[in-house]
Amino acid sequence: MVETSDIRVVRCGGSKVNLTPPIISSDSRFVLCTSGDLVKVYSTRTEEWLHSLQGHTNQVTGITLNPANHLQVYSCSVDGTVKLWDFIDGILIKTFVIGCPLFAIYVSEKHTGVLFLHVSMATDSKNECFQLVSVHLPKSAEQEVEAKEMSAVSSHISKNPSCTAFGRGGEYIAFARHLQLNVYFFRKQKTYSFSLKATDKKGAKNAFTCIACHPTDDCIATGHEDGKIRLWRNFIHKKEYTYSTQHWHHNAVNTLCFTPEGTHLLSGGIESVLVQWQYGADNRKEFLPRLGGSILHISASSDGQLFCTSHSDNKITVIESSFKVCGVIQGLVKGDAVLTDLMIDPRSKALVLNGKPGHLQFYSLLRDKHLYNLDIVQQEYIYEAGLDQFEVVKAAFDIKGSWLATVEERGKKSSDLEFFLKLWAFDERTQSFVLNTTITAAHTDRIISMCFSSSEETTMLVTAAEDSQFKAWCQGADADTQQDQNFWSCDFVGSYHKLNPTNCSFSADSSLLAVSFQEVITIWSPDTWEMLTTLCQPPGVIRDLCFGRLSCSKYLLGTTTKNLLCCWNLLTCELEWSTSVDVSKLQPDPFSENVAAFSYQSKHTDLFVFKPSEPRPLFTNKNVCSEKVHRAVFVPREEPLNSCDESTQWLNRSQLYFLTQNMDLLTFSTATEEDRMLSSSKQLVIDDSVAVTPFYLLLGKHRQQQQKLNTQSHPVSDKPQQTQGSVTIKELLHTPAHVLPAASVLCSMFVNSFLISNTGVQQDPLR
Amino acid sequence: MGEFKVHRVRFFDYMPSGIRALAFNRDIERIAVARMDGSVEVFHCSDRFFQEKIIPGREQCGIEGLSWVGERLFSAGLNGGITEYDLTNQKVKYTVDAYGGPIWTIAGNQQGTHLAVGCEDGTVKLFEVNEDKIQFERNLDRQKSRIISLSWHPSGSKIAAGMMDMIQIFNVETGHSVHRLLADRGVGTSRSKECVVWSVVYLSDGTIISGDSVGMVKLWDDQTGTLIKSHNVTKCDVLALSVSQNEDSLVAGTSEGTVVQFQFISMVLGKDDKEWVRTRTFKNHTHDIRAVAEITTAVVSGGMDAQLVVRPLLDKVEVRSAASALRKIHFPHRRLVSCARKSGLMLFQYPGHLELWRLGESEGKGEDDIHLFVKRNPEKLLHLKVKGEDHIRCSAVSPCGEWIVYSTASSLRLYRLHCDNNNVSITKVLQISTELSANQLCFSSDSSHLFSASTQSSVHLVSLSQSGCKFVGTLKPKSGERTIGIRESSKIIPASEDGKWLASANSDHEVHIYNLQTRKAHCTVPVYSSAVTAMGIHPTTNCLFMMYADQQMCEYSIEQKQYTDWSRMVQRKGLHRFWMERDTPCLNVMFNPQHPSHVILHDTYMLCIIDQSLPLPDDKTQFYNQLTLKSLPEEQRKSHSHAFKVCKTFKDILCVELMSDQSLVVVERPLEDVASQLPAPIKQKKFAT
Repeated sequence: MVETSDIRVVRCGGSKVNLTPPIISSDSRFVLCTSGDLVKVYSTRTEEWLHSLQGHTNQVTGITLNPANHLQVYSCSVDGTVKLWDFIDGILIKTFVIGCPLFAIYVSEKHTGVLFLHVSMATDSKNECFQLVSVHLPKSAEQEVEAKEMSAVSSHISKNPSCTAFGRGGEYIAFARHLQLNVYFFRKQKTYSFSLKATDKKGAKNAFTCIACHPTDDCIATGHEDGKIRLWRNFIHKKEYTYSTQHWHHNAVNTLCFTPEGTHLLSGGIESVLVQWQYGADNRKEFLPRLGGSILHISASSDGQLFCTSHSDNKITVIESSFKVCGVIQGLVKGDAVLTDLMIDPRSKALVLNGKPGHLQFYSLLRDKHLYNLDIVQQEYIYEAGLDQFEVVKAAFDIKGSWLATVEERGKKSSDLEFFLKLWAFDERTQSFVLNTTITAAHTDRIISMCFSSSEETTMLVTAAEDSQFKAWCQGADADTQQDQNFWSCDFVGSYHKLNPTNCSFSADSSLLAVSFQEVITIWSPDTWEMLTTLCQPPGVIRDLCFGRLSCSKYLLGTTTKNLLCCWNLLTCELEWSTSVDVSKLQPDPFSENVAAFSYQSKHTDLFVFKPSEPRPLFTNKNVCSEKVHRAVFVPREEPLNSCDESTQWLNRSQLYFLTQNMDLLTFSTATEEDRMLSSSKQLVIDDSVAVTPFYLLLGKHRQQQQKLNTQSHPVSDKPQQTQGSVTIKELLHTPAHVLPAASVLCSMFVNSFLISNTGVQQDPLR
Repeated sequence: MGEFKVHRVRFFDYMPSGIRALAFNRDIERIAVARMDGSVEVFHCSDRFFQEKIIPGREQCGIEGLSWVGERLFSAGLNGGITEYDLTNQKVKYTVDAYGGPIWTIAGNQQGTHLAVGCEDGTVKLFEVNEDKIQFERNLDRQKSRIISLSWHPSGSKIAAGMMDMIQIFNVETGHSVHRLLADRGVGTSRSKECVVWSVVYLSDGTIISGDSVGMVKLWDDQTGTLIKSHNVTKCDVLALSVSQNEDSLVAGTSEGTVVQFQFISMVLGKDDKEWVRTRTFKNHTHDIRAVAEITTAVVSGGMDAQLVVRPLLDKVEVRSAASALRKIHFPHRRLVSCARKSGLMLFQYPGHLELWRLGESEGKGEDDIHLFVKRNPEKLLHLKVKGEDHIRCSAVSPCGEWIVYSTASSLRLYRLHCDNNNVSITKVLQISTELSANQLCFSSDSSHLFSASTQSSVHLVSLSQSGCKFVGTLKPKSGERTIGIRESSKIIPASEDGKWLASANSDHEVHIYNLQTRKAHCTVPVYSSAVTAMGIHPTTNCLFMMYADQQMCEYSIEQKQYTDWSRMVQRKGLHRFWMERDTPCLNVMFNPQHPSHVILHDTYMLCIIDQSLPLPDDKTQFYNQLTLKSLPEEQRKSHSHAFKVCKTFKDILCVELMSDQSLVVVERPLEDVASQLPAPIKQKKFAT
């Protein structure tokens, strides 16, 4: 079999940025957040992704600023290590190996050299028993140190990291689990605990959801499941402790945060309203509504000028202390489920899928950046549980990216199904999609499958629906519309023995259309709309259907519900080969002959990559993930790899991304790719005499070039000069505006770069 | 446990009156409550908040303030007078006019030497409290606007007075104003409205706390006259403030019906710089809270919704028990209904009039086992208005239904009722002036005698006959050993069925038994620490059955002059936990002649039959066991049954009486009906409505 060791499943692009509270650097210039295996550094002013701290091999679960040095950050990960970074330069300073999975990290100024970590109790990890431990960091000059000096603080720890917080000056730590609040005083080594009743007559749900401690007073704020906020005081008394209750949130309070001065308390919950309570005068509160998804975390900068909220729609909002939103860092929006396929917009090469409710999102995987949302439903979305609202369920691009077809529907649970087919034209002027045609009753029942013809000349849309018909739609064929020819109308209605269609697909050159009706595949000619042939391979309903590409375009692949993968030769109309495998997703690569098939067997998913011409897989990867994979896409690379290794060749021109049921977007990375990335990061570590900012890269390279020029006595040819110029322009255009030096400095350099240098000629007379 | 035909009476439109003022006396642990109708009630705080005394009000007598001076209780009202009450005889002692127009507030100093009242004309008047009366001393500097609230500094040297838009601090010695603190008006439209300082509290450290109509609780410094801190408590008014004795906790009552607690807490643990911090909020009222009082272990609040709420502060309670539970007192702890057992008449007592009703009759069978068809609707026979301004203190109808008697503070009136078919007429038989005014009235079971409990634990006897009535004599307790102490007036007087015995209890917790044939005191039941709430004499055994405010029960054999064996067994074994945890006192004790071992009791929430022949439940047995018993087969029931049979079918019970035809009359006054007759509360936006 093929060797698989040099291909690895990684989280790269589209990861969650809202897993842990983001932190703001003490100069308020950077926002750091965890994103998959990385820690990402964003600029607070431009929302631009500056760089990422790369080194963990599993999900990063917590970050916190080093209290001893505000330019350093600790990060902890499930891989069992704590790493200390210089986050401005992106340099890994130290790695502390703890040895067990870590789930949260806390530090306090008073406890220098001690980290507080959430670890899962080794004895029974099933019961989700977590322990708060303190780890003494050994003082050692080495890069990688083992930190084994652990001592347990408490084992009554909630798995929610926001249920633990340090109190005033680090004198005590407060942590809550279920209905109990515990306060542990370090000096006295004593724990005070306070319990609430589970419910009372008024139906309160008192379970703790989050904790925050006042920075200067002995006051603990706790959030509760029913939306109450309690401020606890006098908690060194068993009986005379007291609390005041505030109630604004109508659902669980997700997070609480005191401003560094302690004058305000910030809270957030599912309402996606940031609430600012004035400390001491609790009735006075300010609101910042309509922030998007529900608020999961809030953090404040150390000078109190900026707040950061992270939201359930994978977004970080940067908010000024005057309660104005000044920046939004949007990750890939992931709802509960992705209903559309994963698609690639042919123009922008962006990944397209469901985003906000009723929207399609365009996400650039290369820059790991959310581009924009396209409002498909164009109706107000009402946040209410159980409300049946329109959702985008199907979407398709034509081959040039000038047309987009979408299907939105509602009434999935009830019997009265409502759906619209919409066609969107790309408007060159506004560079976005504009609604062209809305078809209200495209079919009498739900649309099952939809595809555009792949020919360049005429665009045609085929929809197959549960009313046992498929329809072809063309532009302007309807005689009733006397206006422009731009609107779409039905061109042909086809059916086969009153069977329900299950899938449809165009061949690569659009000369054939394959529509599967239960067990039967029918092949049609789109020009004449005559049925050419039928292919049948019982038993099992056809699930997926695709034509081969390029040299394999004579093949048609199909998968059935009875775990069969079949390949027909369309020239002979015979079954070329078939094999028994339970394929959950069949995904052809548009840039090569390769086809990827995900099969789900005995609780894990395997990947096979093969060419339709031969039944032997090019590449197999067992146990890609433990969930079923229903969505996958090949994303074209910006610059193709030139690996000649047989097993990695299929990744040369495009990259395969797939979405698990946990809404994790995973991909494959090859060893060569990783080497390249590592070498770039190593380079950063080596020249550490100067901070490696883009500014340095720009000017430093320039200086180097100049030095080279000065040292090199021989006049050089034009070629390197040109590359220097293009490098300068590239740097100039790709560097965020706020880190660029002053325009006056750049101007001469920029102009110089355009000059076709004949310095060599000029230098001669000088000499 | 026996079936009864029940008259479920819901036509008694009793409306409790709203609470206007509260005053707590820490030394004798009593709390005085003034209601809107001018009545004053005294509750015993350590005896399960039993309503010991009721002083009925008068027409046109609005009380605005209450104040204890020592063990003396004073009130002041909008009629401009200061009233002292005679608590032993439960009546007004005297009224002194302050000559300053309507009085808004009254406050006594801690030394017990002076009373200050705030008047409509802008004066604070000081009265000296003398041995038997109060004496006007002088006016403090007159202000331009009315004085709404007053508070003495604990040293007695300064007074803070809340007025319109400001608070004035007076030096008591000179009578001059020391400081003027200006309270801000509200913002927006309420800018033009005056800010009323409804309540002020002067603390010993010189902090003045005010609650005003803008909804703020403000803290002021009396040295500099500056505002220290202000808390916005509500959008409406803060009407009442009360501070605990050690000045570490403050409660504020608002017109939204919430009580907000503030505590004096050190912000950094272990250090001494304390601040007033808003902590808890209690919401037990639907309407304005007009008065709050922080007593030792609880917060007592009362307002327009006429209920007295006792909310315990659990951090101050030593042991949590039934005595320290949340308590809401809706109805008076005495009977407002009396029944003519033999003729099916009911007399309802309202503050200003009496109503006589005839009970309905049924056909004796209904559509199901539970409800019977009504053959004749109940009928209102009589509406008897009170003569004079005083409100009715007590009333009674004789068992035969021929006599009606009522008493006010000034007089006692006896009427004879003539009922010929549909014509009802009454004739006044007797009118007795002040000395004989009764605290409790009762007829003998053969309607031949009227007993009237009066001052000094005496009971007057009036014999009734067709020709007229005659004052027969007075029963007085044996006064051999204890002559010095002032006897409290008697309250509860049941007479035995055979007319031989009479028992009377007074608020000193004494129970005297008299022999009616000899008209002499027979004996005295040993004094128990709790007050008697109801008692009855068994018709056949002549045992006196007594219920106490702490839910204990005793049976005392009159003939043997000792507790019965059953009573001793109850004391030895103790009562069930659920029985002890009930929070309203038993209001009536009845006996069923057909089952001599049965005692029928009721409180506001339940009706209970105690079968003295069955074993007592202990804490392990199921107390409410009727359903379990129903599911058991006949043979096993015996082993599972115990003495207490509780019926919770009826709620908000004012009175239960067993008629002579073995039917029960249950007078209910559903709280929803009371709430629906209250004025509309302040409109509040409620989430999701």
